[in-house]
Amino acid sequence: MIQYLTNNSATVLAALQQHIMLALLPVLIGFAAALPIGYLGVRFPWLYHPLINTCGVLYSIPSLALFLFLPVILGTKVLSPVNIVVALSIYTVALLARTVADGLRSVDTTVTQAATAMGYRRTRLLLDVELPVAMPVILAGLRVATVSNISLVSVGTLIGVGGLGQLFTRGFQLFYMEPILIGIILSVLLAGLADLIIVLIQRAVTPWARFQRGGAA
Amino acid sequence: MITFDDVVKVYPGGSTAVDHLSIELPTGKMTVLVGPSGCGKTTSLRMINRMVTPTSGRVLIDGQDVASQDEALLRRGIGYVIQHAGLFPHRTVLDNVATVPMLLGRTRREARKAALELLERVGLSEDFAKRYPAQLSGGQQQRVGVARALAADPPVMLMDEPFSAVDPVVREQLHREFLRLQQDLGKTIAMVTHDIDEAIKLGDMVAVFRQGGHLAQFGTPQQLLEEPADEFVAEFVGRDRGLRSLSFDTAAKVPVRPVAEAADLVLDDAGRPEGWRTVGGTTAATGGVFTVSDTLRLVTDLAISSPAGIAVRVGPDGKADGIVRHHDLVDYLAARREDRAAESRA
Repeated sequence: MIQYLTNNSATVLAALQQHIMLALLPVLIGFAAALPIGYLGVRFPWLYHPLINTCGVLYSIPSLALFLFLPVILGTKVLSPVNIVVALSIYTVALLARTVADGLRSVDTTVTQAATAMGYRRTRLLLDVELPVAMPVILAGLRVATVSNISLVSVGTLIGVGGLGQLFTRGFQLFYMEPILIGIILSVLLAGLADLIIVLIQRAVTPWARFQRGGAA
Repeated sequence: MITFDDVVKVYPGGSTAVDHLSIELPTGKMTVLVGPSGCGKTTSLRMINRMVTPTSGRVLIDGQDVASQDEALLRRGIGYVIQHAGLFPHRTVLDNVATVPMLLGRTRREARKAALELLERVGLSEDFAKRYPAQLSGGQQQRVGVARALAADPPVMLMDEPFSAVDPVVREQLHREFLRLQQDLGKTIAMVTHDIDEAIKLGDMVAVFRQGGHLAQFGTPQQLLEEPADEFVAEFVGRDRGLRSLSFDTAAKVPVRPVAEAADLVLDDAGRPEGWRTVGGTTAATGGVFTVSDTLRLVTDLAISSPAGIAVRVGPDGKADGIVRHHDLVDYLAARREDRAAESRA
């Protein structure tokens, strides 16, 4: 395996780089989009149920079907990485919009009431109180979305763009175990590392959450 | 002064929460709104800081209609304490207390300095400043809640069941501390509770509400106990209101007899009461003594509970200087009641 790695280091590294890009760019896009969407689902209570239903449906679309279907809608080339990024962004939004809404809804009403009674206006209430208090729930969702994206990128290899997934196809085609093993190990390591980084961020930005009863670690 | 001027609140669906309420909450005093659940007391409280908008009528603070003021600015000038404190879980105790000064545009440094002083004022040491609310007990959280409400030194404070969520021992302690604090600060306070004993203990004035948002009676605690406006108030105030009303008078006018009349009272060499001589020749504990500044309730209790049916009065030096027999006390209380009745007729 070491032998394979040294001989193909450029290929493996390129695959890893592509994998990271394809997995994490959608996390950023999806997270940025999910914040306002989730907020709307709380601000206008009648929107909440349509919102989570839509999210559920979107998330249930098989990834391969979405990868193949998107070029039809977007007019992109079938082999374009944009398809993967868009598809994974959709999954991330589907996962996180609900998390953001649920996180904001989980904020104790006595807390928001006290804040309002002390003279917070709506925007500042959201930014200074509601979002920070919802953060442990939101970051827990972000962990799931990130790890899920990292595993989904490999599916993209079936349409030619798949980061570490390319090592699997190569291994299958050549009846060769090494690239498959390397692909699996790197995927798992990448997922673990990304998860760890988010946990560390969580510790740093929500130091208070450790003391909450039943709160996220 | 907080004025309710013919205030009505009808919720969509037609239920009346507050029915033509007109009362004045005096400046610098604590007014308690008390009543069973669903009587409109909390709704009334929340109209003061515009958390609830009246259907008709006006609420004024020092003559100014609250409806004419900016909501957020009005609220920053009114302290607010609620059950379970409602502290921000993501901020330290110190930053929780600094909230309103920060909203008012003071620097973090100034706000924190003021917050630290307030923590001390409500009986929390500096060690608590860096902790998060989840690390505090219920009673400690409530103290932080009070400190937070006081942080910007608002002239008016609203308190919604502030002491209901803590156990009785802690509640007693918070009551004592709060009364002491209020004595220093003299805020205009409106407090809601469902506990009539708490209302009578803490309130300078008490407004008793009944179901449907009617004001049943508005008066001093003593008035409620001695002259309940109707059956509802009498029932709500409780069965032993006669005994409790004795807490409002001192023992200054109770007729005493010479100490020598109490044959079984054992005194030490200095003339201080030691106990009661029993049939077996031993000495039973005095069970307590009173001074002229103690309440009539204490005198009554002593007269009933002491083995001889006698309450012993002591002077400032601790020496026995008089005794009260319980039949004398009964005569005195009867005469006092007649005097009062005559007074209120006049």
